[in-house]
Amino acid sequence: MGREDDSLRPAGKGAHESLYFTYPAFTAPDRAHVLEHEGCRVAIVGAGPVGMFAALTLARFGIASVLFDNKDTFNDGSRAICVQRSSYQALERAGAVQPFIEKAYGWTMGRTFYRGKQILEFEMPHSNSEKYLPMYNIQQQFIEQYLWDAVAASPLIEARWCSEVTGIEDTESGVRLSVQDSNGRYQCAAEWVLAADGARSAIRSMRGLRLKGDNFPGRYVIADVQMDHTYPTIRRALFDSKSNPDKTILIHRQPDNIWRIDYQMPDGQSEEEAFSEDNIRDNVGRILRDIDYQGAWELEWWSIYSANTLALDDYRDGRVIFIGDSAHIVPIFGVRGLNNGLADAENAGWKLARVLKGLSDERLMDSYSPERRGATLDVFENATKSARFMTPPTRGWTLMRDAALSLALDHEWAGAFANPRQMEPFTYTDGGAVLPHMETAGSVKPGAVLPNERLSVDTYLSDLLGNGFSLLVLAEKDPAGLDDLKASLQSLDPDFECITSGHIRARFGAANLSRLHERLGTQPGATLLIRPDGYLAGAWPTCVADVIVAQVTAAFGRKETHRWL
Amino acid sequence: MALNFADLEKVYEDLARTLDRLSPSEREVFLCKLSLLMARDLGDLSRVQAMIQTAQNHLEKV
Repeated sequence: MGREDDSLRPAGKGAHESLYFTYPAFTAPDRAHVLEHEGCRVAIVGAGPVGMFAALTLARFGIASVLFDNKDTFNDGSRAICVQRSSYQALERAGAVQPFIEKAYGWTMGRTFYRGKQILEFEMPHSNSEKYLPMYNIQQQFIEQYLWDAVAASPLIEARWCSEVTGIEDTESGVRLSVQDSNGRYQCAAEWVLAADGARSAIRSMRGLRLKGDNFPGRYVIADVQMDHTYPTIRRALFDSKSNPDKTILIHRQPDNIWRIDYQMPDGQSEEEAFSEDNIRDNVGRILRDIDYQGAWELEWWSIYSANTLALDDYRDGRVIFIGDSAHIVPIFGVRGLNNGLADAENAGWKLARVLKGLSDERLMDSYSPERRGATLDVFENATKSARFMTPPTRGWTLMRDAALSLALDHEWAGAFANPRQMEPFTYTDGGAVLPHMETAGSVKPGAVLPNERLSVDTYLSDLLGNGFSLLVLAEKDPAGLDDLKASLQSLDPDFECITSGHIRARFGAANLSRLHERLGTQPGATLLIRPDGYLAGAWPTCVADVIVAQVTAAFGRKETHRWL
Repeated sequence: MALNFADLEKVYEDLARTLDRLSPSEREVFLCKLSLLMARDLGDLSRVQAMIQTAQNHLEKV
């Protein structure tokens, strides 16, 4: 989120001198190499978590990319620490989830306190049907490390660190980048550019584009401390506490004994004052005493932020696609900054891979911005409510917030106003990359994420899906023409996978098959098409092969002749 | 029948925006008028009196 100079470490510590993490030191690529390789299919600008995940998603479909980043190491500090279930599923699809499972702390519960008394304990939606918990806490430098390990292991991804993109121009066949590194300048052509260069995106300004939206008043300090504090992984929110009167505090547990203390700046402190090490130590010390922590603690890192709802009008500008913070900045309270960025990367990634492989027309990319911008606007709506509660912008919102908190001390119903509204993935509308649906099959709706279901001790519905599109044929008997249907869909997507009721019954038993029907709200016969990103593309009450093939071909097939073929 | 949370939230937002449009002295009169209107509609003196008690809880700063 922030620039390097927005995040700080204690006096006497180097810029990347952490108590628990060793930052790598990257160097610029070999001069001869960059001059020899003048072009690439996809250039990704920004090797943060979103850029690296986009590269991994393209590699998942066999598409090579080059990552450019002007830094010589990862982003400094823990930054985005909450990774949602849907992001774990995306990481799993890219083959990168395992180290996250081993390191992160999963959680389901939050507690809210007002003037020292607990007024709300909430559980995020969770059940045995889910493979992953609703949320995991892990520092961003571990997120970047684990993604980097996967990037470095991929023969399809080349990373160029210490390499700043200083210019971008459109060409006949795509885009040409001007790059500056410690060895000099050079140019690199690309068919497509994914701009993952963050909140202060240089690509965005070079394209003459601006984020539009609102800023909320109220500044927050986020500080990480290392301490032996014994409290389970539960998000704590403190309103009007002794240690920060009238203001808000959030506390999160992270791996390696690191605790995130996130507090609204006290009144009467300027930004410079609030950001000074003495003040950070003062404020954090007071908060720790307030939560009854008596032991020793070490200050690791701190940063500052305010809540914004800012987005580009269009996430695509010709052959340049904006993913992550370069396209939108969302308030931190909904934990949708990183999670939405990863969803952007996967959405753009699978579509771009299809276009580059000549499987889909370029117009498939037209569905990227409406889908992901729609998700951003949905986040804005919820996060605006959260931000109004966490940092009320005016007297009216302050009075109502204080009234709700005061009532919540005696009345459970009023605690609901303090719910942080952490969100389920957004449901896309049809058109573009969701098939138009006249009729539907059960309670599942095309455009939504396919619900998961546990089919055995260690197998979930999501484990049966293929790398590309998957067709789930839930008919009692294989419908007539199923082999032809499979062959037709295979020709539209070489990664296509078909799963039938027969498979599920044979492998997991009839009881699990009927539980799956119950979970999806489907009747025998229902046929579901799942996209490579786990969203439901289409649902039919019965499997009619020619209808399905016609619809899938119209939405995802190729009609135009590509100029690069 | 109590209002559901979604409706209650609409009231919360409507009140916040209304309070923002009023001056501090207008706010007090407005809230008193609103209380009388709601009390009349509720039609139950003992419940209104209990609410007057409840709303006084936790007003003081710690």
